[in-house]
Amino acid sequence: MTMHTEGRDIAASLSAASVRFGDFTALKDITLDIGAGEFWTILGPSGCGKSTMLRLVSDLVPPASGSVEILGKSTEAARLAREFAFVFQDATLLPWRSALKNVELPLEIGRKRGIAIPKGDRTPRELLELVGLDDRTDALPSELSGGMRQRVAIARALVCQPKLLLMDEPFGALDEMTRDRLNLQLLDIWKETGTTILFVTHSIPEAVFLGQKVLMLMAHPGRVKEVVDIDLPFPRDIALRETPEFNAYCSQLRRLLEEC
Amino acid sequence: MAMSETSATRTPAPRSLSAKDRTRLLNVAIPVGTAVSLLLIWQAGVRLFGVPQYIAPAPTDIIAVFFTEFPLLMRNFWPTLIESLAGFVVGNLAAILIAVAFVHSRTVERAFFPIAVFINTIPILAIAPILVLIFGPGIVAKVVIAALICFFPTLVNMVRGLQSVSPQALELARILSASKSEVFWKIRLPTSLPFLFSALKIAATTCVIGAIVGEWIGANVGLGALIIESTFNFRSPLLYATVFVSSGLSVVLFASVSLAEKFIVRW
Repeated sequence: MTMHTEGRDIAASLSAASVRFGDFTALKDITLDIGAGEFWTILGPSGCGKSTMLRLVSDLVPPASGSVEILGKSTEAARLAREFAFVFQDATLLPWRSALKNVELPLEIGRKRGIAIPKGDRTPRELLELVGLDDRTDALPSELSGGMRQRVAIARALVCQPKLLLMDEPFGALDEMTRDRLNLQLLDIWKETGTTILFVTHSIPEAVFLGQKVLMLMAHPGRVKEVVDIDLPFPRDIALRETPEFNAYCSQLRRLLEEC
Repeated sequence: MAMSETSATRTPAPRSLSAKDRTRLLNVAIPVGTAVSLLLIWQAGVRLFGVPQYIAPAPTDIIAVFFTEFPLLMRNFWPTLIESLAGFVVGNLAAILIAVAFVHSRTVERAFFPIAVFINTIPILAIAPILVLIFGPGIVAKVVIAALICFFPTLVNMVRGLQSVSPQALELARILSASKSEVFWKIRLPTSLPFLFSALKIAATTCVIGAIVGEWIGANVGLGALIIESTFNFRSPLLYATVFVSSGLSVVLFASVSLAEKFIVRW
């Protein structure tokens, strides 16, 4: 099912992919292979097309030229097979549904039309347990904090056991402490599920802390500036941030960002 | 429970009535007190200045008529209730269905929205005789008038409600490859419910106005007919009692919609 290039499985592959909105070129000639099971973070100045890139991969915007493949399939085929899931900056929960019902939503969509919905190894209830919300299954989104809502959104994204998880600044609106906690939790989830993650962020420390690779985009038009390998061992914990290696990566990325 | 708590704490320190209880008490006491005072002033004024009953009856006269003419009031209450309810259902159902059509087709919206606005600009009192001419003196004309008066606010609110889905929710639906009908039933319709209920609360009171206006034009039963009849016969206490029954009907409908909203829109 997956393509092999130089012996590594490819989760998503972009070749010379461009996105245009009218006359505006949002992304230009992106060529990139994202290995299966890898954790990529995407950094770049505002308007460089970070979100557009996730939308390109998730079949929300079509490429104007070039191509995008997910696990060797077209993005549309991958979407229909629920190979990927999306976590938005705003949790985007349906406010009338309980946490559990929100997690179950992907299993309901398409069921009546007889579409084969891939069921993950974990039930919605177990996923809420995985994100530490097993005691709030019946709570409505309005009764949950911002961090809890985002955890429900992550559980919902995992319910079809996606091979690729696209996250668009999911913790951007949260306070520092909550963000740190969720970063650690996300790394645990990544390790446990083995899914590939593409994670857009504004925060350099977050990009370094989470990513195996940091994709730096530059603006006007959006294109790849550099891919930086983050050679820090897993499992990572908060103490890692105090180390000189971590800070060296942060400085390197900050310099790159200034050049953009 | 709250009561016993207050009475238990009252004796040692009268001030310890909790702020929450006091607000709740004042919320009831202030409007009730004001209404009772106004009624007393009305009663005293009428008696003091010897106002003839046919010009302004005293509250006690109205209460008396309410008891003596209760069967008459009820006989005229039911037709108005039925017309109001039927108009409420028909008008709102039409508005909801047309709103759904508008949201799914820009062309339909462009074609019919100006007409809807135009119909809304015709004063209901001007269009009512036309509708009575068309539909005759029976119940149908009243239902149509009541439906018409409900229609526009619900249409506008429902269109807004259906369109108020966040772009991200639609992106989520797309990523899940949701069909148009799934998006409608699982996302758009629930999203619109708070907007719909705002409109239904307006409609709950206006549908009664519609039915009564319809009865003014041509009817021999109904609260509207009774208002006209008692006015022409100078039976002012009966007129006032009828007016209170009409407003009571509106209050009951409004309260029912509010109650339904409380059960349905829980978020």
